[in-house]
Amino acid sequence: MFSFLLKRVSIVIPTFLGVTLLTFALIRLIPGDPVELMAGERGIDPVRHAKLLAEMGLDQPLLVQYWNYLSAIFHGDLGTSLVTREPVLREFFTLFPATLELGTCAIIIAVLIGLPAGIIAAVRRGKATDYTVMGLSLTGYSMPIFWWGLLLILLFSVKLGWTPVSGRISALFWVDEVSGFMLIDALLSDEEGAFISALRHLILPSIVLATIPLAVIARMTRSAMLEVLREDYVQVARAKGLAMPLVICVHALRNALIPVITVIGLQVGVLMAGAILTETIFSWPGIGKWLLDSIQRRDYPSVQGGILLVACLVIFVNLTVDILYGVVNPRIRHNR
Amino acid sequence: MSEQVQTAVIDLAPAGPLREFWDYFSENRGALIGFYFIVAMLLAALFANFLTPHSPFEQYRDQILTPPAWQEGGLWLYPLGTDEVGRDILTRLLYGGRMSLFIGMMVVSSSLLIGTMIGLVAGYAKGLTDTLIMRAMDIIMALPSLLLALAIVTILGPGLINAAIAIAITYLPHYVRITRASVIAESSKDYVTASRISGAGVWRLMFITILPNCMAPLIVQASLGFSNAILDAAALGFIGLGAQPPSPEWGSMLAGALEFIQRAWWVVTFPGLMILLTVLAFNLMGDGLRDALDPKMKQ
Repeated sequence: MFSFLLKRVSIVIPTFLGVTLLTFALIRLIPGDPVELMAGERGIDPVRHAKLLAEMGLDQPLLVQYWNYLSAIFHGDLGTSLVTREPVLREFFTLFPATLELGTCAIIIAVLIGLPAGIIAAVRRGKATDYTVMGLSLTGYSMPIFWWGLLLILLFSVKLGWTPVSGRISALFWVDEVSGFMLIDALLSDEEGAFISALRHLILPSIVLATIPLAVIARMTRSAMLEVLREDYVQVARAKGLAMPLVICVHALRNALIPVITVIGLQVGVLMAGAILTETIFSWPGIGKWLLDSIQRRDYPSVQGGILLVACLVIFVNLTVDILYGVVNPRIRHNR
Repeated sequence: MSEQVQTAVIDLAPAGPLREFWDYFSENRGALIGFYFIVAMLLAALFANFLTPHSPFEQYRDQILTPPAWQEGGLWLYPLGTDEVGRDILTRLLYGGRMSLFIGMMVVSSSLLIGTMIGLVAGYAKGLTDTLIMRAMDIIMALPSLLLALAIVTILGPGLINAAIAIAITYLPHYVRITRASVIAESSKDYVTASRISGAGVWRLMFITILPNCMAPLIVQASLGFSNAILDAAALGFIGLGAQPPSPEWGSMLAGALEFIQRAWWVVTFPGLMILLTVLAFNLMGDGLRDALDPKMKQ
């Protein structure tokens, strides 16, 4: 077990270093050096320019610069935002709970709908239900989610007036930040109606963000279930006369879940990419919107730090899923 | 009696590979619909200038935000209505098809070509070269594709071509991994050994002996890659980092649409519908291709 863990973790290290190399290169490949970027359009006189470059260590050889960058990362220093003058790491963690809340809700929706849908499609294979579920999930998989978000706003916010268009909670409420999750904070606060308001703000963006993971989970569950339902032990359970729902939920699902869980873990990357679009449409104050705003404001240290942190998050979650997979399934653990 | 036997024998004769492929492919109704939709869209995009009397850039200043023809106030001259500066939406959608197909073709052909080369080298060379290549691909895979594309576009600057380059890079690992895996699987087979023993050189082994036998999964991936490329390009256009206005790219047509959501639903609805239908068509066709080309992957 320990050697399996060690092996998995050691594979991640070069990937992590590679990503740091990428973000390091990012800021140096952009035309103009960082000092010029900071000075903006006003320009800067050459003496001061050289002095600032030296202060930031940018006159040193690239290898030394990269080393400095790496050691800064390990000291938790990801640079300072050019716009807010705040440390990038702090900005990221201030906004991260909003994205985490949205992403968590999205994945809950995706699993709660996708899993049963996939099971039903597998059980009713070749019937109208199967075709409907698969057709819908392929449509969801093909969905440009930024447009889907606009459509839902058009229907539920503009035409029906059921949900607000943007933000996390109505401006009427002031909720103290405890957990960073608006739903929980609103519930803890004494303000009446705050929870409902937060929920109404959360529902549309969550649905939009859940769309693609939902489709993927439904498809994966169906094919995993189909495979398992053919297995001998399932046939035996049925031959014993066990009720079909029992066979499906207890015998088949347990084994079908293994690949499905892997796929759910892989959705973190999809969610982060989706968050960029979803948060932009719904003005959701999270990481995705912040990254895009930073790109548009040319706040390169924020872009650099943000990309690095998101990549680390994805790497970390994939590693965790990988290890869990090994824990659940000993064959994987002993094979390599 | 003897005549019947004769016909039976003829029926059993194996069909040509193309014929056999088409038989499998056309069994799948969804794949067929997707295929026909793509052909229709290709023709519409190619002959856009004959199909519509308008230019995608012409602004009819007295026809701003005209609703679709079937709605009150609509005109058949502008079947799907006009946008905020009075351009015909149907015309822009038709010309937008050109851009989406162009970007799809550019992304798929470049990442397919380069990815296959790299994958061939990795699978054939093995050892350190292989490890280095695969670790590099892991790095690309660690980042969500849209995020990596954003990073690359930040360096290169916004624009359709740069968006295509960025998306092509993000999809490179898929082709590399598929090619490498099938090269490794194929190289240990007897026909490759036979070819090597009879004196085939490295290049001949790689390109003429092994590569053709790795094509099926690559074709499937290419078809699915088309839909991903169109989707990502539209997303980049939507957030203002892909095709720039006034070009009639579907994603960038939606970029300013949020403002008009209260007044003009048609400005918001139609470009997205085209993206969805096109992507869906490519995904349907990709599924069909997978079933037809690779019976092992059949679900």
